[in-house]
Amino acid sequence: MKSTAGNAGGVQKKKMNGYVGFSNYPNQVHRRSVKRGFNFTLMVVGESGIGKSTLINTLFDTKIFPDREEMPPSADAVKGVDVTSMSADIQENGVKLRLTVVDTPGFGDAINNEDAWQPILENIESRFDAYLAQENRVNRSKISDNRIDAVIYFIKPTGHCLRVIDIEFMKRLHTKVNLIPIIAKADTLTAGELEQFKAKILADINYHGIQIFKPVSDEFDDPETVAENREILSKIPFAVVGSEKYVARADGTQVRGRSYPWGIIEVENEDHNDFIKLRQMLLRSHMEELKDTTDMVLYENYRTQKLLSMGHVQDNGVFREFNPLVQMEEERRAHEAKMQKMEAEMSAVFQQKVHEKEAKLKQSEEELYARHKEMKSVLEKQRGDLEDKKKRAEASARPITPMEQHPTKGKKKNIFSGF
Amino acid sequence: MSAPEVQDYVGFDTITQQMERKFLKRGFNLNVILVGESGMGKSTLVNSIFSTHLVDSQGRRTAQEVIRKTTEISPVTQTLEENGVRVRLTIIDTPGFGDQCNNEGCWVPVIKYIKDQHAAYLARELKPFRDRIINDTRVHACLYFLNPGSRGLRPLDVEVLKRLTEVTNVIPVIAKSDSMTTDERTLFKRRVKEEMAFHRISVYPYACDDDVDEDRALNASIRDLIPFAVVGSEETIDVDGTVVRGRRHGWGVINIFDEAHCDFVHLRNFMLRTHLSDLIEVTAQRHYEQFRTSQLRQIKELRDQQSAAAAAGAVPPGAVVAQQQPPSAPLPHQPMAQA
Repeated sequence: MKSTAGNAGGVQKKKMNGYVGFSNYPNQVHRRSVKRGFNFTLMVVGESGIGKSTLINTLFDTKIFPDREEMPPSADAVKGVDVTSMSADIQENGVKLRLTVVDTPGFGDAINNEDAWQPILENIESRFDAYLAQENRVNRSKISDNRIDAVIYFIKPTGHCLRVIDIEFMKRLHTKVNLIPIIAKADTLTAGELEQFKAKILADINYHGIQIFKPVSDEFDDPETVAENREILSKIPFAVVGSEKYVARADGTQVRGRSYPWGIIEVENEDHNDFIKLRQMLLRSHMEELKDTTDMVLYENYRTQKLLSMGHVQDNGVFREFNPLVQMEEERRAHEAKMQKMEAEMSAVFQQKVHEKEAKLKQSEEELYARHKEMKSVLEKQRGDLEDKKKRAEASARPITPMEQHPTKGKKKNIFSGF
Repeated sequence: MSAPEVQDYVGFDTITQQMERKFLKRGFNLNVILVGESGMGKSTLVNSIFSTHLVDSQGRRTAQEVIRKTTEISPVTQTLEENGVRVRLTIIDTPGFGDQCNNEGCWVPVIKYIKDQHAAYLARELKPFRDRIINDTRVHACLYFLNPGSRGLRPLDVEVLKRLTEVTNVIPVIAKSDSMTTDERTLFKRRVKEEMAFHRISVYPYACDDDVDEDRALNASIRDLIPFAVVGSEETIDVDGTVVRGRRHGWGVINIFDEAHCDFVHLRNFMLRTHLSDLIEVTAQRHYEQFRTSQLRQIKELRDQQSAAAAAGAVPPGAVVAQQQPPSAPLPHQPMAQA
């Protein structure tokens, strides 16, 4: 499958003649993922008694949250928002899931709930931070991912628009997590009221620019998936009812539901509530997308913001290829070049110094010679002077008798003493 | 000593009819305040109790509507007539109560309103020339709406109930009780009663008012039902030929008049058919008297202070005399409003 010279960088579509077998790759991925197991972290937020524990236990058909114990009435005020998590390893058809559910008891229960989202936001960000720290480790073979994949927010079935606390919470968290708002205790609203309520909620969400998680179809999806996604989308926000108990229907069958004096509401009946749709979206069709969005979009945005705020600047030099041999060769060459340069420099300096010294010596030599000449001439002059003086002295001493030559030996003194 | 026997028919037993006639002529006032968060079903319930569309829901209907920042007091007065008996019914709604993130002090406007009505009545009572019939705007009953599904009373409920029960007759109700099964309802009621006993919150009817045996039995059964788990509805639906007030779900129909479905009938009978005059009387005898006593005591203290200051300082006696006139509104009940 060589590319022709015409499109050196382009990708061509080629047809194969027989069965090669790489289409088995997804199965390999599947087998490996199944062996490894999955993890999924869910957070539930809503005021006390709205049905968080019941819904989780109903969704996973396991008692993840134990029954609430009855505490005697006490004068203790509600102590702020707590963030607790419960993990459970559940298995279905050979697929192992480590499910972690993070509960937020105390949210919205106090008289003053002004900063009720603060502990929750901090918890979500600290999980991002933990992952970021792990990514920057030297040994990254074991990264444990406990980032929140989705937050289920429970809305009270008031029938009016969203409350202040709902709007504030969602506005602060929608860029950090996949937000899935649901209408809790949906059995209190009639079908007509529910429709109006959902419309009001969506209007409020749009008005405040809150991004909630929605299943979207792209061009690669088959028409079935597209239809499914559209159906799910039409029911958002889901109005759900949860129940761990089984009740008997009129025909005697046992179903999960709630029994009232006026009838039975079934959890898994799509005409009664949207539980099935929620379960489908959360677990059966969009779990992977939730995890993917958390990893690729939400986490990346958080990471970028965090690094920028810490002062890191994008340094593209880091991304050049690193080959150790080439690097060593380059280093050696650089080193040699440096040495040569130093050598040349030193010899140049040396030459210069020698030159200077020579010049100096020459100069001093000339000076000495000049002085020597001068001194010689002075001496000559002095000798000349002395000769002259001698001659004059001899000439003035001529009139002396010859007799005096003998006594000159002794009278020389007298003649000369006459001076 | 037994009462002496009356020989002939005297006729003083017609006093009940005389009173009735006077009552029919005059009519009476009934003032009910609704306290609860938005979306609890206050308007629907009150419209159901009186079988009339009295108040509109004040909840936020569109995203563009501004969210209220404080508790507003909006009284609506209408005159209803039934069999010649006229009632001037005032329903006081409290939109904005408990709807904020920070609900500290959201009860203050409510308490202030109730006390203002007492104060207004007191002011008119203390006038030298007072009206023969004072228009009674005092709050006779307060329907306090509890949140179904909570473990019992929330911290906000405890704070507000403590203060409300001191100034008016409080009747706790759960308006949207169709989200609770029968077992959950029983558990919730028990829980609420436990917590009210723990926090010493006494709601109407009061235990000390039971003087007659039959009253005692009735009141005991009422107290057993508290808080009333009701469902409100203004719509009528057709159930197998019969027309009932209720709600239609996909899995069943709630008939609010059915005692097995909810306590609506009990609440309505209690409020209107058995304890209506008692509510008005207790307001006058207990809450108003309490208020009056504390107010007059405060006035007396103030006066004592001022006369002491006048005796000590150089305040002219004219000022002291002026204080002895009955004070016009505003009475010094503002300090109490901080409670």
